[in-house]
This record gives sequence, structure tokens and C-alpha cells, in this order.
Amino acid sequence: MNATLNSPRFAIGIDLGTTHCALAYVDIDACDGEHTSYGVLAIPQLTAPGAVEELSLLPSFLYLAHEDEMAPGELTLPWSDEGFHIVGELARSRGATTPIRLVSSAKSWLCHPGVDRRGPILPNDAPPEVARVSPLEASTRYLAHLRAAWDHAHPDAPFDQQDVTVTIPASFDPAARELTGEAARAAGYGAMTLLEEPQAALYNWIQTSAGQWRKGVKPGDILLVVDVGGGTSDLSLIAVTEQEGNLELHRVAVGDHILLGGDNMDLALAHVVASKLALDGSSLDQWQMRALTYACRSAKEQLLADPELELLPLVVPSRGSKLIKGVIRAELTRDQVTATILDGFFPPVAASARPQTRARAALTRLGLPYAQDAAVTSHLAAFLARQVDATADLDGFADRQPEGAGFLHPTAVLFNGGVFKSSLLAERTLATLNGWLEAEGAPQARMLDGADLDLAVALGAAYYGYVRRGGGVRIRGGTARAYYIAIESSMPAVPGMAPPVQALCVASFGMEEGIEAELTTQEFGLVVGEPVYLRFFGSSVRRQDQIGTLLDFWPVDELQELEEIRATLPIEEGRRPGEIVQVLLHAKATEAGTLELTAVATSGGERWNIEFDVRGTAG
Amino acid sequence: MSNSNPSRQRPSLLRRIPLAFGAFFSTLADADFAARLHDLRRDGPPAPASPTQSTEPTQPIAPQPAVQAGTPPAPPAARPALRQAPTDAALQLLALLQRDARLIDFTEENLADYADADIGAAARLVHEGCRKVLREHFTIAPVRPEPEETRITLQDGFDAGAIRLTGNVVGKAPFKGTIRHRGWRVSEVRLPKLTEGHDASVCAQAEVEL
Repeated sequence: MNATLNSPRFAIGIDLGTTHCALAYVDIDACDGEHTSYGVLAIPQLTAPGAVEELSLLPSFLYLAHEDEMAPGELTLPWSDEGFHIVGELARSRGATTPIRLVSSAKSWLCHPGVDRRGPILPNDAPPEVARVSPLEASTRYLAHLRAAWDHAHPDAPFDQQDVTVTIPASFDPAARELTGEAARAAGYGAMTLLEEPQAALYNWIQTSAGQWRKGVKPGDILLVVDVGGGTSDLSLIAVTEQEGNLELHRVAVGDHILLGGDNMDLALAHVVASKLALDGSSLDQWQMRALTYACRSAKEQLLADPELELLPLVVPSRGSKLIKGVIRAELTRDQVTATILDGFFPPVAASARPQTRARAALTRLGLPYAQDAAVTSHLAAFLARQVDATADLDGFADRQPEGAGFLHPTAVLFNGGVFKSSLLAERTLATLNGWLEAEGAPQARMLDGADLDLAVALGAAYYGYVRRGGGVRIRGGTARAYYIAIESSMPAVPGMAPPVQALCVASFGMEEGIEAELTTQEFGLVVGEPVYLRFFGSSVRRQDQIGTLLDFWPVDELQELEEIRATLPIEEGRRPGEIVQVLLHAKATEAGTLELTAVATSGGERWNIEFDVRGTAG
Repeated sequence: MSNSNPSRQRPSLLRRIPLAFGAFFSTLADADFAARLHDLRRDGPPAPASPTQSTEPTQPIAPQPAVQAGTPPAPPAARPALRQAPTDAALQLLALLQRDARLIDFTEENLADYADADIGAAARLVHEGCRKVLREHFTIAPVRPEPEETRITLQDGFDAGAIRLTGNVVGKAPFKGTIRHRGWRVSEVRLPKLTEGHDASVCAQAEVEL
């Protein structure tokens, strides 16, 4: 019969960004091998009260309007006319003047383990009267808006019948991945797959080459993807191997979560200019500060693009109707940009540089854990040093790293994210990396020509949906970390010291989608009706540990403690409260891109899911 | 340009946009033009083609269908040729120019009160904003692709609506001449859609901070 009846017509890719969302699609039937037919959805959104425009990006902002704030009917979208929740451009511009009602950076909150991500906590500085929303709900709203926009534009190809891929930072932990999946389900997404953003950027590079990418890389290449978006920086390493004459791509390492992006840079510049203005006696209010930040962004891009320019005038308008009278004049000089952006965020540090950290005051957990060191290059140096052995076990890579190398030597770099629209920043990053390589006698890394820096992730995600159906090369990778739970050691207790813990590997590094593994060496007794909390760890470097490996000792930076996880055996028929059930743990890397931990009863085979994000429901 | 033929062609939407644009800026810049426009709006459309009609301009056509019942339908020919363009699009554009370029604020200020440097600073803002509005909402290309000062030949039947002959305008086509201005043509307009009941006459909301 007709096979196309059930198979989706489009592969849809969604970039759920910290500051912007985008939706791209590939028309599966119109594609021929690596030549694809693709597009970007123009997303209808309110840009002013009563005005709807179609823009290629949806700003990831949610504005919780006061019920008297808008005239009736002013919030009508092509598909709905209800509610006081505004998503997109109008939310961003309204929020600039009323920040207490603006939800921003929901994605950073979604992966912030210190808060209840299902609880109504945003905006975090809203007065009690404002009905706050959870990071999960904000993300759901953005995803739902995109789905509605698609269905509005394609009534003949319903969204929930298409192949949908949503991107996440490579550094997302299992809880954040699970929450993203939950947001997608709540937004009415059917089957959906998660894809790491740096991989999506590389897929886009493959897609735009239309088959020519095989000439751009060779076996033995190590590709470094540097993705600096509006709010986060994301690093990944992808190795190129050859299997029976075909090139293969392996994602071998991902970086830690770094809350550092282009918005920090524009804000830093605005503060430099504002402090100079303050010396001259003009002080800026919040509204003017935002206008200045906006002006700094475009001036920065011009200064970084044109080496002839020495300075650009900046104009901060007054808020009142007297435009000329209230205008504040300032200027942005090349020296300021160089000192703030190039030397502040991309300093030419040595390969031995590490991001500086300060001990945090306990109260800082109320806000987002922004990176304390703004130097992207220092974060990069730390990442490459930590991953020095990332390719050691890969066929054909054994002799590529010289003995005693201080960091992993990439051979090519792909830049992604709006920050790198300023090619000077990409060049500075590459030059810094090449300085490190030269110091270790390694050949220089080359730059892979990227595509559209704003839309590459969405486009690459759509392309991924297409290649999963057999249309092109796939990046192999599996889980980006190995995972462990803590068990108390049976060593005799030492007075005054916490009992030593051992780390038991429950999921190994690089488990590919669909793989399920059973931990048979250790049984656990779970008490029916009583939640059991387990300390949970992840490691982005321990590739050798297998499921069941028990660590008595580990270097302190190899395992990072994540949130506790929880196993609960519900009270059901046939089991009494307080009864102890022996279980084994199963780990599964799902097709959707999440990790599943399951407790399986040794007798009877009943299964219970272990929850990753327990803070919201811990009660 | 005057054409008293009552059955004159009604310009298409794409033609009306540059017209509206031109009228908007001409009204701001040219007091005489503004005066004529003012008269036009106050008096309603002149009605040379329908002297029998009363001076009721809003419903000139209403009695006619009954009179002409049974005859082939040609009511537009009997209408006055001028009509009022819908104002919403113009108001929308004005709102965009105010929002992004502060155009109304700028125009309402008295330049005599300020030094050139201050005006220049504000002009940068207005210029950048106007450019943003034009880039985002219109696709504009020259009418003639050739560089200015190129000599070209206009064949018979050239589009007199898109090309204006100046100077020694005599004889018959083909005309030979020099491009003094390449002209601008809008090929696409992307104005925001308005919700039902939106009051477009508010070009900028008053802001009250609590």
C-alpha cells in the first residue's frame, strides 16, 4: 500500500535556545541523498500590541502581562486569542520596561540543579502578586508556540505527525534532558528526539556542503565545535574515522555547562561605556541602559568587522518625546572593544590556563550560576586538557597524539553561534588554539567554513531527522558521560569523618541509543512506599568504566556530583508498606536521547523508573 | 500627469505603496503639497465625471444600480476616479517609524533650539531606525538596473508609471535619454498583521511608569 501515509513528510528541527528559538525543516520526499530541500519557518508572533509579524527567530522570552495592561483583543495570534502570556518579540520589548513580569533564560534555569524546576519560580524577582511560572512551563510555552506556528502554516502536515528533533546543549545532564523531553510532551509533541547543539551545527555543515564534506575532512581528523550562543558556551569534540572505506564521525567528548554568551559581552561593553558616561555626569536609567546595550551590540559588530574603523558614535535616546533634547551621546572605540571583548572574553592565554573560580557565597544559588571566568579561551584550554585522552581508544588515533601531550590536539574547528558573526573573534580563538598546538609541535588547526550562525542549529537538527531515516552520515556518540551512584563503603567508620563512599558505575560512557544494560553485580533492597535517595555522579572523562565498576577512589575532578536521584516503589496490591524488595538497576540510552534508569525486581521482573529531577517533588 | 479620463486605471497595491510613501514624505517636507492634500481631504473627491451627482461623496454610487438595472454592469466607470486609500497601513508604517526611528518625536522638535551636533546625534538614531524599518518591511530595488548617468533607449509602450520623462520631452518613442535617478520599486511589503479592533491611530502609546 502507500507507505507515505504513515511516514512523516517533514523532518523538523527546533533550536530551543537560551535567547532565541528557531524552527527549520527538511522536506523528506523532495530530497535526493545528500542534496536536501529545506527551509526555515517564519514564526508569527506579536511584535507590538495588536500587531503580528512573521520572523525567523522567536525570542525565548515570556511576558506575564497584567490583566489591565493590554486592550482587549490586542494579544490575538493567528491561532489563539486567549491568555495574558506573551511569547516572543513583544515579550522581550515589554519586559525591557517591566522586568518584574519577564521570564528570560528559562533554559538556563531548566538545567540549574539548585532550584525546583517544576515549581513556579520565574521571574525570580517578581512581586508576590505576579503568578509565576516554572522553568518547565516557560520552555513548554516556547515549544507550543512553535508547534502552533507550524500547524498554522502547514495545515496539511500536522506537527505531531512529523519527525521532530529538539536541540539541547551537549552539557545537559540526564535531569535537564528529561525535563526538556517533558516540556516537549506537555507542548503536544509526539515522538521527539533530542540532539546536542554542537552536533547539530556539524550536521548543518555537512548539509550545506551537499556531499562535499568528505573532501573537507580525512580519517584522523579531530573536529572541535565551539558554539557560543546568546547565553551559553558549548564545546564538543568529534573524531573522523574510516570504516570499510566510509568516513565515520564519532562525538568523543563534550564540555561542561558554561553560562557565558554573547549577551554577557554586549552587557560588558555597555557597562564600560556607561561608566565613562557616569564620569561625565550622565547617568542612565534601566531603559537607557538597555538601549545602550543594543547600540553597543551593533557598534561592536561593525568595529570587529572593519579594521579601518577607530570609533563609532553611540546614541542613547531619551525616553520622552523630546528626542533631541534628551539624547545622550557616547562613543565606542576600538580600544574599548579590544580590551573588553577580545582581551576580556577571548584573551590569548597559554594552554595551561584554567578558568578562575571563587568560592561562592551560599546565597548565590538563588540566581543562575553564571560562569565566574569570562575567558572563553580559558574554558577551552581546560576542556582540551581534560579530554587529552578522548581519542586514545579509537582505531587509528593511537599515534596521533604525541607522548606527553598536555591537551587534545584538534585538527579543525567549526565555530557556531551569533558571537562568531564577528570573524575577528573566531580568528582570535583559532589563533590562540594554534599557539598552543605550535608549542607542542603539532600542526595548525584549520577553520571549517560555517553556515548561517543563527540558524545552523535548527537546520542541522532538521537534517539529523532526515539522516536518521538513512539519508546521510550520522554522528555516533551515545551518552556523553558515564554515570555513577554512591554506595556507602563497608569500611569501619572513623570518628569525626563521614563514612567513605564508593562510586558504582550504572551507565557507561558512549552507550548508544537503544542500548540497555543491566547491573548484575549489585542488588539493592528497596523499601516499599519509602523513597530512596541516591547520590548521583557523572564523568565526562572515564571512558573505561563498565557497568558494575566500583570505584573506591577517584581524582576529584573526574567525577562531578549531580543531583540526587530517587527510587520509589509504590504501595500496590500484593506489597505491604515496609516490605523490602530486592532490585537490580537497568540503564538505557533511549532513542529520544535521554537516559533511563530502572529498578527491576529480581523476582517477578516488575519495573520502576528512577527519577532524576526529584527536587520539585521531594516535598 | 493629469488625466481626467474617468475610467482611469486604479493603481495596484504595489503601485499604491510607493505612492503612499511618497505622499507621506512629501506631506512632511512640502507645505504646498500638504496644503493641496488638505484641500483634497476637506473637499472630498472632485467629481468632474459625475456632475449630476450631489455633493455627497461618501455614497455616490448608491442610487445608480436601480437606474441602471438591466444594463451591463459598468458602475465603476461612473464613479469619481479618486478614492480614499485605507489609512491603516499608513498608520502602521508611521507607528513603525516612530517606534524604531522616533520619527514623529524628531519631526515635532524645533530644530532652531539645538546645535547641529545634537541634531546630528539624533539624526543617526532616526537614520538607523528608518533603515531598519525599510529593510525589515519592504524589499526595495531600483526601477532601472543600469547605473545613473547611463544613456538608455525607451521603446514604445514603456511604463510611464515607472519612468518619468523630463527635460526636452518631444517627439515619439523610442526615446533616448540619460538616467538621472534610477527610481525605486517596492517588490514586497511585509507589514505586521493587525488584530481585529486594533486602534491603529495610536502610533505610540503614552507610557506611564508606576
